[in-house]
Amino acid sequence: MTTSIQLTGVTKNFTLRYHRTFKEITVAMARGHKTSDTFRAVDDVSFTVEQGESIGLMGLNGSGKSTLLKMISGVMRPDAGEVLVRGRIAGLIATGAGFHPQLTGRENLILNAAILGMSERETMRKFDEIVEFAGLGKKLDTEVGHYSSGQKARLGFAVAIHVDSDIFLADEALAVGDRPFRRKCLEKMQEVRDGGRTLFYVSHSTGSVRKMCDRVVVLEEGRVGFDGDVKAGIKYLQYDDDLPTDEDEEMAADI
Amino acid sequence: MAESTAVAGDGGRPAHRDLSAVPLAPPSANNGLLAVFQRRYLLRLLVRREINARYQGSFLGFLWSYINPLAQFFVYWAVIGGILGLHDNVPNFAVHMFAGLVIVHFFTETFAAGTRSIVRNKSIVVKMPLPREMFPVATMLVSLWHTVPQMIVLTIACLLYGWTPDPVGMLAILIAVVMIMTIGTSVALVFSVANVFFRDFGNVVQVLLLFVRFGVPMIYPYTMVEDRFGELARFYLLNPLADAVLLFQRAFWVGTTEDPEYTAAHHIPDNILLIGCAAAGVGIVMLVIAQIIFSKLENKIPERL
Repeated sequence: MTTSIQLTGVTKNFTLRYHRTFKEITVAMARGHKTSDTFRAVDDVSFTVEQGESIGLMGLNGSGKSTLLKMISGVMRPDAGEVLVRGRIAGLIATGAGFHPQLTGRENLILNAAILGMSERETMRKFDEIVEFAGLGKKLDTEVGHYSSGQKARLGFAVAIHVDSDIFLADEALAVGDRPFRRKCLEKMQEVRDGGRTLFYVSHSTGSVRKMCDRVVVLEEGRVGFDGDVKAGIKYLQYDDDLPTDEDEEMAADI
Repeated sequence: MAESTAVAGDGGRPAHRDLSAVPLAPPSANNGLLAVFQRRYLLRLLVRREINARYQGSFLGFLWSYINPLAQFFVYWAVIGGILGLHDNVPNFAVHMFAGLVIVHFFTETFAAGTRSIVRNKSIVVKMPLPREMFPVATMLVSLWHTVPQMIVLTIACLLYGWTPDPVGMLAILIAVVMIMTIGTSVALVFSVANVFFRDFGNVVQVLLLFVRFGVPMIYPYTMVEDRFGELARFYLLNPLADAVLLFQRAFWVGTTEDPEYTAAHHIPDNILLIGCAAAGVGIVMLVIAQIIFSKLENKIPERL
């Protein structure tokens, strides 16, 4: 097996600034208040992901999941430690990943594909497929600013899933899509997983994690609280109190 | 996000491929400006988008790129030329001024729009991994693109005055443009990231641009500086923007006057081409320094936006 993602002692601090203007800072300093504070969003996280594994990253809100994902995707750099990946990354970080509201869906599609590293030829070849998957119809030629959040997510997901990647990252972006679309996405993601790509999936939904992933990492206040089997991970999070009724139903309800 | 790994077979997913030969690398690896030019397709898209979006929602659209310098031109033409009487002192003062204005406007546009570029593209910057130098570089190229029609207007005006292009002049244009491209990109790089930390830098730029407009021999001839300061005028030439303006005047304005040789000898410093080359060299050094500063600060961009 080849290592796909390797994190060693990854740490990310954020500086919280209570005051932004010169006047506020002077007043705060004169009164002896703190003007800034550091906050550790991700704290000494280490784990390794093998090629072809599908990992569910879980944790409460604010536990550092998105920050960690941003460091894996390369948007952020860790303050300490090291993130290493093998191959090309694609994926979705939050809804409408970086769309320009004043451009049409079509223009955003092309731009987004280029940002994700697709060449002109690759984009042209897959264009129809992406458009078809997004299923936006005539809306494709209107400004993205007028799209609903679900429509943005559709377009973003459609582009990301069609990039030839070795690692696919998915944030909770799918939560805003409607049911038929979520089902379509999940099928596509299963295809990605079965095709041997590494899947890195951030979700709160036990149903879809159970279905998609073969390993769970739980973050707690920026630290790895649990790393291992899916069932045990969900138990660790105590998310399993809600009785799993019809699994498909549950999955469709909160992907 | 290295493009070199994007070897996609027809429809085949590369995940099937054996990755053991691909090295583990940091995902954010980018070589700054070099990466920008490796991803020319993306750069082209960004430039095109910027051209379309710079004046989005305005009725006159891209015409503002011309209204602005033209308005400046007419104010200077009337006040400096008419009231202060430079029309009488400087031959073809209008051309003298417009030649300077074109190159100065290229710089001011690059500086001002470049400073705003990262904040304006916030939605992409905080979510997508791409070399962030893309945005200042793209704005510089957009400004360069907007310079083209102004150059055409300038050329036509010069031809009407009986100007014949000469090789030295062409060289002067090239040096001036390279100079502004490098210097403009360096200041845009540094200020675009500074603007993320404190939006004050947008205003700082406006103040600096005021100095730029009056610190170059555009609304007054270089001879005036020489007359007033004598030997000290050399220090005036340390301002690369003044050199760029003089190079443009050497290329366009000198040829329109009655006795170009006299004008060149009298109004333009002797070794302006050499000075220009040195300034372009300084521009490249500035670019390296700007890149180092940018890389240092870039880390904090996503959280501060």
